[in-house]
Amino acid sequence: MIYLNLFITFFKIGLFTFGGGYAMISLIQNEIVVNHQWIDASEFTDIIALSQMTPGPIGINSATYIGYTVTGSVFGSALATFAVCLPSFIIILLIAFLYKQFKENRWTEAALRGIKPVVIGLIASAAILLVTPENFPDWKSWVIFAGAFAATWWGKQNPIKVIIAAGILGYILY
Amino acid sequence: MNQYLQIFFSFAKIGSFTIGGGYAMIPLIKTEVVDKHKWVTDNEFLDFLAISQSAPGILAINISIFIGEKLKGTKGSIVAALGTALPSFIMILIIALFFQSFRDNRVVISIFSGIRPAVVALIAAPLISLSKGTNLNRYTSLIPIISVLLIVFLDISPIWIIIAGALLGLFHYYLSKGGKI
Repeated sequence: MIYLNLFITFFKIGLFTFGGGYAMISLIQNEIVVNHQWIDASEFTDIIALSQMTPGPIGINSATYIGYTVTGSVFGSALATFAVCLPSFIIILLIAFLYKQFKENRWTEAALRGIKPVVIGLIASAAILLVTPENFPDWKSWVIFAGAFAATWWGKQNPIKVIIAAGILGYILY
Repeated sequence: MNQYLQIFFSFAKIGSFTIGGGYAMIPLIKTEVVDKHKWVTDNEFLDFLAISQSAPGILAINISIFIGEKLKGTKGSIVAALGTALPSFIMILIIALFFQSFRDNRVVISIFSGIRPAVVALIAAPLISLSKGTNLNRYTSLIPIISVLLIVFLDISPIWIIIAGALLGLFHYYLSKGGKI
């Protein structure tokens, strides 16, 4: 039952995402590319690129795209997007209800302090897992990687500019 | 104008004009809901932001649910989240409809061959400042390293790693309090 699977998968992703879009990538990667093999690593990389260039959060963008690709239907796409947002609804509405207690809860703070260093590991894993032979076929890809890394880290360039520049380079080099 | 419509259009505007993920959305959300509509105060906004960041899920969706809830209860939160999600949903759906057939095009193949390594760099670059910002010491810096080994080499789901991290944080706090709850 593909729709049920899709729903459960994106519900899980929404429920366990801490630390923003990049941390979410390793979760989506593990579920969609490794476990279910709905798409391969290079198509997943393309989705991240498209997400970065279009408006909206990565989580919504990838749910919409993967939902459509996996089922071939707009319904599947809407279902995955709904599923990734549903845990937020349940949790935020609950928190809004218990607002004061949550704000000063030391146990919540302690749990989050433990998650913080894990998030760094998740983002690093996402990057490492995307270093595949399809994404890095030759030395030219490593030159592009180094350039994009330098532009982002030292040059503080925004992701869209970096992606456009890399696309132009790709067009010239390949 | 009906307040539901107002909420919807405000968040749809935020959803349509922020490229680059949730964190890029924050200043725009603040302009709309604090400065322009005065739906929440500066302080409330900071509280909402802090809680949204510590709750699981998509940051922008979390904040819109919070603000929508404050304004119009559960219905308001649905309208706000819908506003945030709908623009990207429509745009990505259009792309998904056509991208499959474009992917085999020679020009698209060469453009994306250049883009893919750059995407990996985009994900890797913030790691340095993130590690500095987290103030890792000799022991806690083992946590990200072990997480990477488990995820990359043993295919362990990141979900288990997050649960383990949370438990570790709770255990550490429990010990620091001398074992009393």
